[in-house]
Amino acid sequence: MSTQVAPPEVEKHPMEYLLRMDRIPHIWCPTCGLGTTVTALASALEQLKIDLNKVAVFSGIGCTGRVAGYMKLDSFHTTHGRALPFAAGFHIARPDMKVIVFSGDGDLISIGGNHFIHSARRNLDITVICVNNFIYAMTGGQVAPTTPITAITATSPHGCYEHPFNLPLLAASSGAVYVARWTALHIRRLTNAIKEAITKRGFSFVEVIAPCSTLYARLNKLGTGLDLMKFYHENSIIQHGANLSEVDIDYQSKIVVGKFVDIEKPTYLDCMNAGMKRKFGDKYKPYGGADGNN
Amino acid sequence: MKADPRNVLTGIHYLDGNHASAEGAIAAGCKFFAGYPITPSTEIAERFARRIPLVGGVFIQMEDELASMNAILGASWGGVKSMTCTSGPGFSLMMENFGLGWMLETPGVLVNVQRGGPSTGLPTLPGQADMMQARWGSHGDYEVIALCPDSPQECFELTIQAFNLSEKYRMPVLVMSDECVGHMTEKVVIPAAEDIDLVERVYTTKSPGETWPFELMGKGITPMQPVGQGHKFHVTGLTHDYRGYPVINAEAQDKNIRHLVDKIRNHVDEITRLGEKDLEDAEIIVMSYGISSRVVQPAVARARKEGIKVGQLRLVTVWPFPEKRVRELAGKVKAMLMVEMNMGQVYFEMERCAAGQTKCYLAPHPGGTVHNPEDIYKTIKEAVK
Repeated sequence: MSTQVAPPEVEKHPMEYLLRMDRIPHIWCPTCGLGTTVTALASALEQLKIDLNKVAVFSGIGCTGRVAGYMKLDSFHTTHGRALPFAAGFHIARPDMKVIVFSGDGDLISIGGNHFIHSARRNLDITVICVNNFIYAMTGGQVAPTTPITAITATSPHGCYEHPFNLPLLAASSGAVYVARWTALHIRRLTNAIKEAITKRGFSFVEVIAPCSTLYARLNKLGTGLDLMKFYHENSIIQHGANLSEVDIDYQSKIVVGKFVDIEKPTYLDCMNAGMKRKFGDKYKPYGGADGNN
Repeated sequence: MKADPRNVLTGIHYLDGNHASAEGAIAAGCKFFAGYPITPSTEIAERFARRIPLVGGVFIQMEDELASMNAILGASWGGVKSMTCTSGPGFSLMMENFGLGWMLETPGVLVNVQRGGPSTGLPTLPGQADMMQARWGSHGDYEVIALCPDSPQECFELTIQAFNLSEKYRMPVLVMSDECVGHMTEKVVIPAAEDIDLVERVYTTKSPGETWPFELMGKGITPMQPVGQGHKFHVTGLTHDYRGYPVINAEAQDKNIRHLVDKIRNHVDEITRLGEKDLEDAEIIVMSYGISSRVVQPAVARARKEGIKVGQLRLVTVWPFPEKRVRELAGKVKAMLMVEMNMGQVYFEMERCAAGQTKCYLAPHPGGTVHNPEDIYKTIKEAVK
């Protein structure tokens, strides 16, 4: 007869109620910026005290694409680049719900680039959190539309020579009403930005500069995850309302972070309702989405 | 469930097939349309856009067909009956996320008003050459439902049917129209709302935490979990288990794919709709679908006048292919003839099912216009030689 010793009481993770614990451990590498970014979202949701039943999260494909699978919310893991149009349809059907799109830079801006600019143009009431690690990580470290010039990737083995996108400038010029950029180091400020973005009516965009030590840092000999965090610490410049044409990120350059845009503008559904009212007068019943009771 | 009278334009109308499709969708309770303009399908979007504000719904012209297909899936998960329409290259672009619709088991309707292809092909002229793309156009293994209207009246009716089937089997359903039917104007009788039967979405009655998105995987169709009510479910385009969680191995793939395929294969008889005429004593059967089934009429009438016993089998549902019925008929006749506006697509399904039991003939046509009935007549004559 063997005697069993009761396992020591394991302290529960305080965010457990927001995570699918039956899917943990996650697939992300140690020192990846996604963990802190997801924590920032979870903290933001907690601090906002919003009804979690009324929050849905959408992602596409890639490392960041897996976020939807770990958040304990109504969550949709769609195809590569398509989280935004999927979320757009969902939002229009259910404007009573908060819609959050979690997407990587390649997913959102390369294959999904067209959806990004048009979602911003329409000012759909959607929050987009873009984790920018300058590389396609899930597929093994290929060049991205954000890869800085001279950075080495698996498909830019001689150094990237394409001009990268300046994401805050792209978002703002496409029509986003809220644009911010932080790094995975700025957890508190990032959490605040996500809170503001979720609260904002309209298309809000938060770029998160995140370390990928397995691929980006390794291929470019930038050291460990900790070294990247030190780099962010020493090279981030907080500049709220910065001139967006000057916030490009060059290879190992200074990173301008902050809240860049926070303006008011009628949303897609506001505009639709106003336009139809203009045309049809009292015959038009303002559209409020599907019956919340399904 | 009956249609909502507020959505139904009851009466006798003079409509083209595309307008009739839009009316069918609205009658079915469709409240969300995401589309991208492409000839010859655009009138469906245009009519929906004109009509929907006062019916209570949304039309959105998306940035492309990829977005359109995704938007209808998102809206459908939001609890709204949703559709899109397209043609030619747009159909190719929608294929990626039609696959997502199958994987997420999401209801929705896609009307493809077929034009001549490949590539840009014949934007304003008819074709029926997307039939195999409808069947196999998205990567991977699956089964589809595709309905082929042959008149504006059927554009109305089959669009409603497509919504019903999509809700019943929890999958996107195709209406494979064509430029001729889409732009042909005829009498369309829209019945009273109480005469239109609708299949409404089945939601789980279980409480959050007691159910999974695909808990009947392998056994049947799982009632959907409503969003916004605390179910906090997850669905993914990755191979997944009954929980909706990704599982990347051969065993999970086996379960997931067999489930998707079987939900159609086990219900072929229920889904199949055929138009059968003069089959009792037929020596030769002319098979066709869509506009081609109208075009065969003069040829068949002429042959029958000459005493050739020609029967007709019209495929209202081309997919799933009515395999059992075709095998059965193949054993009784001297020849089978497929008339379709392509160089041979559904013909090969007919030939496969005939399996040497009877001679098979194809009256092909590359599209751009319909067959000359003379050519069909000649093929009938050759087949009975």
